[in-house]
Amino acid sequence: MSAAPAAPLPASADPAARNLLLVPPTPRTGWRLLPARVGAMCAVELQKLRHDRTELYTRAIQPALWLLIFGETFTRIRAIPTGGIPYLDYLAPGIIAQSAMFIAIFYGIMIIWERDAGILTKLLVTPTPRAALVTGKAFAAGVKALIQAVVVIVIAALLGVAMTWNPLKLLGVAAAVVLGSAFFSCLSMTIAGIVLTRDRLMGIGQAITMPLFFGSNALYPVSVMPGWLQTISRINPLSYQVNALRGLLLGTPSNLLVDFGVLLVAAALSIVAASSLLGRLAR
Amino acid sequence: MTYDRLTKADRLTEAGGSAEVGDIAESREAVSCTGLVYAFGDTNAVDGLDLSVREGEVFGLLGPNGAGKTTAIRCVTTLLPVPVGMVRVFGNDAAGDRMAVRRLLGYVPQQLSADSGLTGRENVVLFARVFDVPRRERAERVGQALAAVGLSDAADRLAGTYSGGMVRRLELAQALVSAPRLLILDEPTIGLDPIARTGVWEHIDAVRAATGMTVLVTTHYMDEADQYCDRVALMHHGRIRALGTPDELRAGLGERRRAEGASDTAPPPTLEDVFRDIAGSGLDERSGDFRDVRSTRRTASRVG
Repeated sequence: MSAAPAAPLPASADPAARNLLLVPPTPRTGWRLLPARVGAMCAVELQKLRHDRTELYTRAIQPALWLLIFGETFTRIRAIPTGGIPYLDYLAPGIIAQSAMFIAIFYGIMIIWERDAGILTKLLVTPTPRAALVTGKAFAAGVKALIQAVVVIVIAALLGVAMTWNPLKLLGVAAAVVLGSAFFSCLSMTIAGIVLTRDRLMGIGQAITMPLFFGSNALYPVSVMPGWLQTISRINPLSYQVNALRGLLLGTPSNLLVDFGVLLVAAALSIVAASSLLGRLAR
Repeated sequence: MTYDRLTKADRLTEAGGSAEVGDIAESREAVSCTGLVYAFGDTNAVDGLDLSVREGEVFGLLGPNGAGKTTAIRCVTTLLPVPVGMVRVFGNDAAGDRMAVRRLLGYVPQQLSADSGLTGRENVVLFARVFDVPRRERAERVGQALAAVGLSDAADRLAGTYSGGMVRRLELAQALVSAPRLLILDEPTIGLDPIARTGVWEHIDAVRAATGMTVLVTTHYMDEADQYCDRVALMHHGRIRALGTPDELRAGLGERRRAEGASDTAPPPTLEDVFRDIAGSGLDERSGDFRDVRSTRRTASRVG
């Protein structure tokens, strides 16, 4: 009290007002903590996208090219057995999954950047368990992917792909997209926790995206793959995501229960892995 | 000011302690470290640290780069485990009850850690949310935190457009929004120009005066510690080498020098002299490893 305040707190200026900076908030406990943290992280992601939409536009270019060039060409060639649907239709769900994965797989770079900037350090000193922080980040990546999925669906619709407009099925599509990016972003954060630098993560990210993409049913059915690639496709969560998206959007035969089961388990495992390695980034 | 005094008293009553000056025995401990050791590989960054910060004081942890200040702070903030020794924050074990400790803390790390892609207000809102401030009082609380650091007018600009001093004040608002009982600042004025440094300290001072919160601050600017800290601890090679109010430490060295035959006309010693006296000639040898210097430079370049 010896020094005169440089900028008096609001309450000093108006004693009638409540000075909230003296009252600690009541802590949330138990199950209500996780949704609150997830909400906070998703809100940040949306706010950032609102301030800078550049990423939104540039990210739309690649899937548009895939559909426009690769899709249109292979529709004419008719080389890939799609079970009677036009190849462009077959490809669209694959591109939704692929473009969402490409965003999520580099999410770890953001974590490393946040570590270098001290943002992560500060978040780790808040009453947020590491698993809640990682889950929050995973769903924040899902928010980005969801916006990306909408963009791809609009492009596909403009190209004449016949997709469902059933709101329940679209909700399922949203769930599959969010779960898929939760898995891939946590995979990326796990790698970030191991390699600890942006350059190495960039290299590994580049190295694994293409095998994940080509080793899945995004471009062609599993049945045309050689045996070893079929095995890879079977353990690749991207395949299950594409399967679910195709089943929901186009009505192709798919086992949604298995697809969503695999996506849920994969997401949960990767959240555990990423949160156990997050501490390494804080050191 | 009467109001301020009242709220400070309220706060102390609520905390169940009294922080009257001179009433040392009864004042509560905000932070206590006993026998804290933390090693990176073979080097003990913190080597048997004993530290006690009293409730309501501004406590400065001083020392050159590499003295172990940041490592000690990271153990207190629960960022690092406590391998050897005991760290308590208002009685809560920093190794065991981490969530309880975190709820009492406001932390400003060494780097300029505001998110440049968000506005000032959004940066503070994030911390209000992760500290469970209910929606109905969020806007008001965030507004008060921004007003307390003089950022009300700039609140809706992107933090990326802020100057270094403004980012520091924004971080202070982020830390204040949860009404912490202990504010921990790691090198709060590093890389700032003298005017911004004074500005940051004046806001820390004002906030402390209005809320009565305890402030634990590390710095290697001895002049700042002299001016703004109630008590300081000089840390070197992972241990506390001297402890007291800046006046006590300076007076102590002055007396010793006079006893050694220094002339009365010699200029009174500064805190830096005290530190040189304690650290001896080894001061420049082991201090500041490469990573420290690099991170300091990075911070400086971010400030611009």
